[in-house]
Amino acid sequence: MSDSKSIASGKGSHEPEHDYATGLATIAADKVADPGLEPHRVRMTDKSVKHEKAAARQVAALFLASVVGSIFSIYAYFAFPLSDDLGTVRNNTLFMGLGITLGLFGIGIGAVHWAKTLMPDAEVAEERHQTRGSEEVRARAVEIIKLADSESGFSRRKLIRRSLYGALALFPIPAIFFFGDLGPNPKDTLRHTMWKAGTRLTKDPSGLPIKASDVTLGSVFHVIPEGLSELEHHKLEEKAKAAVLLVRLDPSELKESAERKSWSYDGIVAYSKICTHVGCPVALYEQHTHHLLCPCHQSTFDVTDECKVVFGPASRPLPQLPIAVDAEGYLIAQSDFTEPVGPSFWER
Amino acid sequence: MAFMKRNLNGSRRHPMAAILVIAAGLAVSGGGYAAATAAVETAKPVTAAASAAQVDEGHKLFLANCASCHGKNAEGTPNAPSLIGVGAAAAEFQVDTGRMPGQASGPQLMVKPVQFTGDEIDAIAAYVGSLAPGPAIPTDAQLAANGDATRGGELFRINCAMCHNAVGAGGALTQGKYAPALTHTKADHIYEAMLTGPQNMPVFNDANLTPTDKKDIITYLTYVQTHGSAGGYELGNLGPVVEGLFVWIFALGFIIAITIWLGAKSN
Repeated sequence: MSDSKSIASGKGSHEPEHDYATGLATIAADKVADPGLEPHRVRMTDKSVKHEKAAARQVAALFLASVVGSIFSIYAYFAFPLSDDLGTVRNNTLFMGLGITLGLFGIGIGAVHWAKTLMPDAEVAEERHQTRGSEEVRARAVEIIKLADSESGFSRRKLIRRSLYGALALFPIPAIFFFGDLGPNPKDTLRHTMWKAGTRLTKDPSGLPIKASDVTLGSVFHVIPEGLSELEHHKLEEKAKAAVLLVRLDPSELKESAERKSWSYDGIVAYSKICTHVGCPVALYEQHTHHLLCPCHQSTFDVTDECKVVFGPASRPLPQLPIAVDAEGYLIAQSDFTEPVGPSFWER
Repeated sequence: MAFMKRNLNGSRRHPMAAILVIAAGLAVSGGGYAAATAAVETAKPVTAAASAAQVDEGHKLFLANCASCHGKNAEGTPNAPSLIGVGAAAAEFQVDTGRMPGQASGPQLMVKPVQFTGDEIDAIAAYVGSLAPGPAIPTDAQLAANGDATRGGELFRINCAMCHNAVGAGGALTQGKYAPALTHTKADHIYEAMLTGPQNMPVFNDANLTPTDKKDIITYLTYVQTHGSAGGYELGNLGPVVEGLFVWIFALGFIIAITIWLGAKSN
């Protein structure tokens, strides 16, 4: 190492030597001259014994702080024990963490301070060697490859070579089927929810059915389909698709297209709560503007106008659930949603 | 009061003297208290019957302070809605939180220092409540925060948290409107807001959130108000934006400072 080590002389004037006569690099005439290393500055710790001793004490103090930190974190484990009160977790982790932080930080800062103040500070430059091998090495490599070719007969034996190509080409193909089976095929589950003709609209989370007369003007109900709470499997998946928001508006404020006239009941409309952008629950309903706001990316839907997008990144209106009232006065679904709920997917 | 103290001081007198004095003191202070708070007692319309005098007083206050926007008979004008049928609960909520009388038009009426005394607010509420049947002011039993906080938390997250934040820290709505923080909101105002749906807040009637549900929600919010965050400093409970900003400024700043120190020469 000491051979390649050289104290820089203030001007790093090493001109690169190229093996090629005409290179590809364009060297501008007015290029900024290499300023080289700045002149060596002698540290206070090299000049005065007093400073050197002080620096040594500082390093030792930092290592000692690390010792204190480590011991404190053990102390904190016992001093702030965990109990049933959730607040104790905070103190336990906070003070143990602070101790461990001081423990590691003291070692790191101490080591760097030691290196910067007390270890030799001479600037060192080491030349990088060329990546290109020498002509001799290159010629020898070609020789070895040719020898291997002639000994194995790779170029000569066409049958073996071509069958090997075939084998290599086919080997990765099974992976396509293997990875294709990794997830369950969603089939048509993205297109259907729990809602069926006659399913009662019920309150989230109690599952109690909702009477049309309960939904007063300006009310908003968070709705799940009847029977969701009794599901044994995939309850959350079904809720994530079937969640509905129920609102009553003054019928004169509703703008309904002809084919959706029969989807509402006396100003009561039900819309999917799942944003058509990336699927957050859209539930911020403003009673007077009748705007539904998605908290994730501020997509805003106009409930009076079939939940068309009036602001934000969502590109499609919220799907509407056609509703009716059964003989007992409870709100029921006329059918499932007529389009897939939630964000876009392929073939959608 | 001075003579009471003197007599109670020792046992030098007849043992019955102290008892007599206490009985007399209780009668005087109790009677005085009853007389002084008579107005307040009747103002709490546990039953719907507010006294005619109170309604009258409320009507006067209404004409002086509210009628310019809401109309002489509370029938509403182009500037303000009709108050017929909004109920005493709506009037008490709006006036007792300082939102009414409104100061300036804007995206949303702000909370201001309350403009009336408790008695005056009760009178205004009694007057508005007398106009037509509407939501009544909740009773003390409905407001006692002794329900099921866990259940209240679940109901709050389903019905309220999307606007008011999961722990009631509030949040932004569209075009300058916002859902206020509930960190210092009193139980009666929470109850009345659910019942009447002030401004752009939807109505949560008793069929949607039953009185028990409302009580549980109040219990949950009271618990959150009185118990600190279990997870350390909450940074306003506003979620990833604030937490991210904190990390970007302080943690990254610290890392940059350390990096500069690492690269700097010792002097």
